[in-house]
Amino acid sequence: MSSITFEATVNGRPVRWEVPAGEFLTETLRSHGLIGTKRGCESGDCGACAILLDGVEVNSCVVLAAQASGHDIVTVEGIGDARAPHPIQEAFVDAGAVQCGYCTPGMVVATKALLDENPTPTRDDARHALAGHLCRCTGYVKCLDAVELAAERTANADAAHGGA
Amino acid sequence: MAEDTKNATETPWDIGEESMAEYDRFKVVNKSPRRVDAMKLALGKGTFTDDLTPPGMLHVKMLGSPHAHARILSIDTTEAEAMPDVHCVLNMYNVKAIPHTTAGQGFPEPSPWDALCFPEKVRFVGDRVCAVAAETEAAALRALETIKVEYEVLPAILSPEEAVAEGAVKIHEHPEPTGISKPEMNLACTLGASVGDVEAGFAASDRVIERTYRIGYAQQSPIEPHIAVTWLDEDERLTVRVATQVPFHSRRILAQVLEIPVSRIRVIKPRIGGGFGVKQEVLLEDVPALVTLRTGRPARWALTRPEELVSARTRHPSILTMKAGVNDDGTLVALSMEVLGNSGAYGAHALTVVSCTGGKALPLYKAEHYRFDARVAYTNLPVGGAFRGYGAPQGFYAVEILMDEIAHELGMDPIALREKNMIGSGDDNPLAVALGEGGEGFPQRIRSCGLPQCIEIGREKIGWERRKSFDKTGTKRRGIGMVALMQGSGIPGVDMASSFIKLNDDGSFNLLTGATDIGTGSDTVLSQIAAEELGVTVDDIIIYTADTDLTPFDTGAYASSTTYISGTSVKKAAAGVRRQIVAAAADIWKCEADGLVAANKQVKHPDGRTLSYGDICRSTLYHHNQHQIMDHASHLSYECPPPFSAHFCEVEVDVETGEIKVLNYVAAVDCGVAIHPTAAEGQTEGGVQMGLGYALSERYLFDDKGVMQNASFADYKIFSALDMPELEAVLVPTYEPSGPFGAKSVSEIPINGPAPLLSNAVFDAIGVRFREAPITPEMIWRALREEG
Ligand code: FES
Ligand code: FES
Repeated sequence: MSSITFEATVNGRPVRWEVPAGEFLTETLRSHGLIGTKRGCESGDCGACAILLDGVEVNSCVVLAAQASGHDIVTVEGIGDARAPHPIQEAFVDAGAVQCGYCTPGMVVATKALLDENPTPTRDDARHALAGHLCRCTGYVKCLDAVELAAERTANADAAHGGA
Repeated sequence: MAEDTKNATETPWDIGEESMAEYDRFKVVNKSPRRVDAMKLALGKGTFTDDLTPPGMLHVKMLGSPHAHARILSIDTTEAEAMPDVHCVLNMYNVKAIPHTTAGQGFPEPSPWDALCFPEKVRFVGDRVCAVAAETEAAALRALETIKVEYEVLPAILSPEEAVAEGAVKIHEHPEPTGISKPEMNLACTLGASVGDVEAGFAASDRVIERTYRIGYAQQSPIEPHIAVTWLDEDERLTVRVATQVPFHSRRILAQVLEIPVSRIRVIKPRIGGGFGVKQEVLLEDVPALVTLRTGRPARWALTRPEELVSARTRHPSILTMKAGVNDDGTLVALSMEVLGNSGAYGAHALTVVSCTGGKALPLYKAEHYRFDARVAYTNLPVGGAFRGYGAPQGFYAVEILMDEIAHELGMDPIALREKNMIGSGDDNPLAVALGEGGEGFPQRIRSCGLPQCIEIGREKIGWERRKSFDKTGTKRRGIGMVALMQGSGIPGVDMASSFIKLNDDGSFNLLTGATDIGTGSDTVLSQIAAEELGVTVDDIIIYTADTDLTPFDTGAYASSTTYISGTSVKKAAAGVRRQIVAAAADIWKCEADGLVAANKQVKHPDGRTLSYGDICRSTLYHHNQHQIMDHASHLSYECPPPFSAHFCEVEVDVETGEIKVLNYVAAVDCGVAIHPTAAEGQTEGGVQMGLGYALSERYLFDDKGVMQNASFADYKIFSALDMPELEAVLVPTYEPSGPFGAKSVSEIPINGPAPLLSNAVFDAIGVRFREAPITPEMIWRALREEG
């Protein structure tokens, strides 16, 4: 099968990968070790594979690698890691929003997209931000709590640093 | 250290001084520390089956049957086999026909052995025909397209009524299968049980009320579809990494169908992305295992979402005919339930699920006379299986709507009717012996019951009394409903769990147990139980679970058994280790063990001296009376204490469009002592969400050939964050004397609520009674038009 050269910024680093033409971005990322991006439906309906593409949340299972080439990509691994978890990740853990955890990376990405846009979301804003993320475990109550907690903590952290 | 944020639940009523004193003593349980696995999941670390790719792994794809019922006349795979990327082709010609069940239950299995790895007759659209393993998924899919299959198409049976009708074509007529109750009548199983004389009871009652209820297909739909990855380790043993709820049953069933000894197989359950029963099925690991055994190469088979919906397992659809004899004062005299279930193409779980339909739902209300009769039929439709609630949701659907209908006929408040008849503390479950899981059971007496409190809290929070004052003339009409529920905690006399604990030289402990965390948080809950018993914190427990080589046996994560059964095995093992620690300290100090106290990671002498667990371990490992401090324990229970719950909701129905909005939902649950209150709330919230789908949106649409028409998350609608009502889960503390630190189960009970609750609330809103779930806007619209 023919291949293409995929050149992009992934989690802040420039990459240059040869990938099969027609490959979807979820597979490209996962086959290069970025396994935090999950597969739940591969039809754009569940949000498990969400990533940020130029800061906008997209479902990577319906984006061709070729379409994403040349763009800035952030996966859940780029949001925080074990040494420095992002306050959003801390909030999901502390709010009890992680049950099986399969939907969690996608929700973390969605929350990042939301808070970057709107640092003081209402519960309804949070509902809309998570609307495309199917979770079969939680009933979403604690996920919405997590978004609120993350917003609070991010605001406090900003205030503590004298930032806006 | 993790924050111990949430505290023990408040107790606004008296649960007995002794029990309350227990609550006051807890240091680790009944608190909600961070889950032991939450952070790695939030970081997206590689913890699931699919996150590990052994080098040289082949990809499996399956050709599914396009016909609901057909005999395979020939399969031509010449072209596929010639393709350079294809390494293995499997079908009925080269895989031995070994009758077995995929149900994933204990041994001997209560489900019929009616399945083959590759059947010579396909029995539903999506049934296995031929598998291909290739270098890539794309190559495997290209190969499948070249396979030519000749079928003799047979008449398809698309409903249980057709299945049991005179002259119906037989679905399992071949000689190999065993354990089918009446293959000549397409019945996977039949079951009856009775207490007293129900007919005499009806005759003696002031009135007899009879109704029929129908509830359809639904799918567990974990967000992670089924997946297995297999390889041969350096000793040529088959290793199976699989999203399963039952690693030990998976190993046993694989040994059976692969005809290799159990000792040649290791099954590992990594993190799994939700189970809800569907991953109790030993559904797919046999195929990559065969590929690995034949090619020597690792293999992976992952279901797509459409495959998960069509060919994994589902809730058994059921038709339930209820008959109740009641007196005018609301006293229930006699109660009968007749079930015709639909098991689909295979009989996995048919008997045990339907036994829970009666066995879990009927005893909630006390009557002198009961009768239960069930038949579960084969059809040429998707296969039923284990699904959270395990038959109880079907049973409560009928019983809880019936209670409302009786109250309406008698002009009684639905709560008052329930309170008059419901089971409570000190009562015996009259059906427990006649109707255990799949046959006779063990006597059960209720020792803890917070149902009255659940009802009180729900009544208050929803504003029950408001239902009298709703305006019934506008376009949007409101209504309030309620249901009462129970479940079990493990399968009495069947479920067995075991655990092993050893002390390390820094005072930490390895806890090894077969218990299978399927996303419920049981790794955390079991760590808490160990920590509480050992006098340490959760951070001191290193838990490793569900690996057939490294952990002791556990029947698996089903029947709401993990906290109650596995938790007790952990508690026993921990108690043994604590005794050994104290004995070692006494030995070091040359004193009596009596009077020494183990707590806060140290042993304290009455004179004030202390020895840390680390000191004790280093001493016993290296210096003094050398030995490893360790213990193990098994647990089986003949008791099965039910958790109790009451659900309330308020709905708004638009009589112009038929749209139903759930505005508020309250689920109060008595699960005994909640070991991890946040997790118990989470189970309840998630169960309500899943149940709301079952009540309002999740259904299977078939064409007249049995092809599912809505096999995607776009068309099979599970509830999203936007669909959810305001939802409050309330934990009602009680203390179950037979449970570990007073705990009962919590994971399954919430799913029993929403479907009957929505029927009751919609009836209150618009006066139309729905006896079929899910209730769609179209059904409401039509019903209102018909009424005129
Ligand atoms: S896997 Fe991409 S949206 Fe479901
Ligand atoms: S936590 Fe399991 S799917 Fe969301």
